[in-house]
Amino acid sequence: MPPEGGAATGGFWRQAGRRLRGKPAALSAAAVIVLIACAAFVGPHFSGIAYDSLDWDALAVPPQFGGAHWLGTDRLGRDLFVRTLYGVRISLVIGLLASAVSLVIGVAWGMVAGYSGGRTDELMMRAVDVLYSLPYLFVVIILTTLFTRGSLVVLFVAIGAVGWLTIARIVRGQTLVLARTEFVEAARVIGVSPAAMLWRHIVPNLSGTIVAYATLAIPQMILFESFLSFLGLGVQEPLPSLGNLINDGAREMQSAPWMLLAPAGFLVVLLLCFSMLGDALRDALDPRESS
Amino acid sequence: MLAYAARRLVAIPPTLFIIVTLAFAVVRAAPGGPFDAEQSLPPQVKANLERAYGLDQPLITQYLRYLRALAHGDFGPSLKYRDLSVSALIAQGLPVSLTLGLAALIVALGVGVPLGSWAALRRGSAIDHGIMGLAVLGVVLPSFVTGPLLVLIFGLALRWLPVAGWQDGNPYYLVLPVITLALPLIAYIARLIRSSLLEVLQSDFIRAARARGLGERRVIWRHALPPALLPVVSYLGPATAFLVTGSLVVETVFALPGTGRYLVEGAIDRDYTLVMGMVIVYGLITLACNLAADLVYGWLDPRVAHAS
Repeated sequence: MPPEGGAATGGFWRQAGRRLRGKPAALSAAAVIVLIACAAFVGPHFSGIAYDSLDWDALAVPPQFGGAHWLGTDRLGRDLFVRTLYGVRISLVIGLLASAVSLVIGVAWGMVAGYSGGRTDELMMRAVDVLYSLPYLFVVIILTTLFTRGSLVVLFVAIGAVGWLTIARIVRGQTLVLARTEFVEAARVIGVSPAAMLWRHIVPNLSGTIVAYATLAIPQMILFESFLSFLGLGVQEPLPSLGNLINDGAREMQSAPWMLLAPAGFLVVLLLCFSMLGDALRDALDPRESS
Repeated sequence: MLAYAARRLVAIPPTLFIIVTLAFAVVRAAPGGPFDAEQSLPPQVKANLERAYGLDQPLITQYLRYLRALAHGDFGPSLKYRDLSVSALIAQGLPVSLTLGLAALIVALGVGVPLGSWAALRRGSAIDHGIMGLAVLGVVLPSFVTGPLLVLIFGLALRWLPVAGWQDGNPYYLVLPVITLALPLIAYIARLIRSSLLEVLQSDFIRAARARGLGERRVIWRHALPPALLPVVSYLGPATAFLVTGSLVVETVFALPGTGRYLVEGAIDRDYTLVMGMVIVYGLITLACNLAADLVYGWLDPRVAHAS
């Protein structure tokens, strides 16, 4: 995801890389994420079981390692290992796409506000303040009613469309500072247009912040998605997502606790790893933090 | 200060008006209607139902009619729960949700502030690392995971506490839901307090207080803690929004008869009036709490009220 900084930012990225290497916790978090992602995208193919195939001879069986169903099955005899991995895949994809949506909106909004300054800036940031004070998951819930339920595209657009506020604030703050620097001043003097200025001079200098907050945004988005699916507003049966698997598991936990523990475990590990990695990246990349 | 409060208060009705209008537009733009679910409904019956609720009128007429009723405090009839008005539904559920939210807020402050201060005062020790490690977990774990897990451990395995239900607000039944709702807030507040207290403890006036020979206890309680609480106060606005959304999950997990599920059900069933009513009620609560938090902040830190 790092944008092409080229020679101009090479020093910065190499420095950040060195700072990151000193943090084994962050590196192992990254390794775990890669591992889970690989398992989620490749694993289901090797098991030979589809996420919606029913095994009538094994209804709600507990986990058995080495057996036919590693993490057991649900009430309908669907393999929980495959369903959980498939759910991780869907959660990851929605998380990544929603983060991309919120990044594009947030960076554009913050940059324009910070660079224009004055009344435009005040108006744009006021709007962010107002939206910030609303319970944004409510906004997502209302947005999801706008479209057919269970449409994945709608889901990540809706989640991404309300998740951009923090990024917009941070980008705006940094753009304000950048807009007053001498090299921007110099570029303006030789007649660089505002659009080219933002794209060629401001964006590369924001790239560190953007990468750090993108990593922090992904777990947030995964969380939104699972939350909506948990409430029955997101991903719909028979398609699994971590949220609706946890909802199913919570209903059955008295007799079949593994149905709750399997998806909950994956979700917690994923969220923890992303937030650890994101914090470490922010420390390594955010110039304000690394004093 | 009074002028500041008045200025903030005046801004509420227009904000609410914008929220109502936006919600009305979005809810009505959604495809499908409240009477679509009943499959075998003959078209004449459906048309009659829509006429009875005024849904056959042009949207602008409906909007103006809704606003007029709203000005009289009437949220209209629920389209799904046919015998009840939205006001009646809210009157039933709101006390439950408010009790839950308030209890969670009190627990979050009562536990989060001492924990965070303790970590700050023992900076770098095992206690600090332990508390902050737990805080990371608390912030990351969503309530739809902690809720069922707590039920599994304390309700089903240990059998200490009831699994679900409301039982007319029996405190025994409130323990798990309140803890579930409060956990992320506790963690967040503890982190806020820790970092702000550490910052305050390094400032000059604390060194001056120590130099004057004040006891450590007095330095911390009288001089360090009050300014360190400011970030927590300004977090109370977002915290309310968080509690409101968290209550959706907690009310689902613990089968509580609050208002949270009305919003979700209303959205699924296209119960226009119910969704609108919930948006307005929650919008008001959020605005009121934001205002209260800002006023407390302005009272603690007069610079804010004067600057704006």
